[in-house]
Amino acid sequence: MAYWRVPLDIKKVEVPHGNVHIDKEQCKGCKFCVEYCPRDVLEMSAEFNRKGYHYPVVLKQGACVNCNLCEMICPDFSIFVMEGKPRNPEADEIIDRKDNQ
Amino acid sequence: MSNSKGQILSNKLEIPKSDELKHPMEGYLREERFPHIWCSTCGIGTVLTGFITGLQKSGLDREKVAVVSGIGCSGRAAGYLRLDSFHSTHGRAIPFATGLALGNPELKVVVISGDGDIAAIGGNHFIHAARRNMNLTVICINNFNYAMTGGQAGPTTPEEANASTAPFGCYEYPFNLPFLAESSGAIYVARWTSLHIRRVSNSISEALLKPGFSFIEVIAPCPTLYARRNRLGSGLDLMKFYHDSAIIDHNADTRDIDIGYQDRITIGKFVDKDKPTFLENKDNFLKKKLGDKFIQYTGQNWE
Ligand SMILES: Cc1ncc(C[n+]2csc(CCOP(=O)(O)OP(=O)(O)O)c2C)c(N)n1
Ligand code: SF4
Ligand code: SF4
Ligand code: SF4
Ligand SMILES: [Mg+2]
Repeated sequence: MAYWRVPLDIKKVEVPHGNVHIDKEQCKGCKFCVEYCPRDVLEMSAEFNRKGYHYPVVLKQGACVNCNLCEMICPDFSIFVMEGKPRNPEADEIIDRKDNQ
Repeated sequence: MSNSKGQILSNKLEIPKSDELKHPMEGYLREERFPHIWCSTCGIGTVLTGFITGLQKSGLDREKVAVVSGIGCSGRAAGYLRLDSFHSTHGRAIPFATGLALGNPELKVVVISGDGDIAAIGGNHFIHAARRNMNLTVICINNFNYAMTGGQAGPTTPEEANASTAPFGCYEYPFNLPFLAESSGAIYVARWTSLHIRRVSNSISEALLKPGFSFIEVIAPCPTLYARRNRLGSGLDLMKFYHDSAIIDHNADTRDIDIGYQDRITIGKFVDKDKPTFLENKDNFLKKKLGDKFIQYTGQNWE
């Protein structure tokens, strides 16, 4: 998460975390997952899959909060998320913040 | 399936089969039929995920759920589900489902089909199943046209919208499906778009747990025909349009929620009430009339 101000208790806070899995050959490139991921975890590949579609790739695995929206909105059952260990947001988040600027 | 070099191509979900790495909906799908036939950016697949997650949330025993579809792109839904499911004839999903629900009252029978299947050729079955408060959940995927047969105008095509049988635009009044369902007697009526997928899923789980006739309309993109003929872009463009034009209003009067061409779409849960079902009424009524002579049919003597 890109923080406007870094919360004082950031070392204690744990956020849910998910690991994204993509079945790139089954994807039909609709981009729904990329567009509606609230954390901008995904982007479309430059490469094509076997059927000639671009497919999503994970841009920031650490930023996924396991909300499952990509999995539910995907019309092709080609992306899903497994719950990971909750993470302390500090490390990658602050880096994200720099990236975003 | 094999390619020109004779190599075997798997048409299954290419997901490692360890317990940890399994698509959470995998057990609910006939993976051997995937990838499915729906076009890129078509919304029907999203509605199917809404159904599967809604069923998971409802906690219903899968052995006691059956899904029936009619004919059309939307009608393909039943065939992809690893449940007792039946792909019936055009317009006849509801009568087939009625037979199942009456023959085995323990079943929760769900109809997933298109606007044409449910409201055109199957329109009469729809209003009578609602009138009788038959124990069915009907999910209508409304893409505003007969997609499978080439984009003809149907009973929900908005005025002005172009269709292959309305090349200058449609000039008929469309059905307002939630109003039709409510006035025919449905006990649960909701409308969503495929963008509102969490609400679709919650609504389906709620409807599945209600005895009686529940109806959920889900507006979904048909990029290949409806959107192409009307130059509305891809399914993603339509999802963005739903985002901008859908207004959630649970208290809306269903009389006021017609859908105009590319106009606001009122969504929400409009009706949620309780009323005895067809079978409850039949049993209570006949018990009263026949007294001791009445033998209740439970479906068990059927096996
Ligand atoms: C008795 C009969 N009449 C006509 C048809 C041709 N037909 C097949 S699908 C369809 C319309 C499907 O429209 P809809 O239910 O909206 O599904 P969609 O393809 O839009 O998802 C029609 C008219 C048929 N299969 N059977
Ligand atoms: S689970 Fe949520 S946060 Fe993670 S990739 Fe999917 S949509 Fe993004
Ligand atoms: S939502 Fe599914 S089909 Fe669409 S781009 Fe993402 S993974 Fe591919
Ligand atoms: S024709 Fe339309 S409704 Fe049918 S699969 Fe293609 S996009 Fe979906
Ligand atoms: Mg249709």
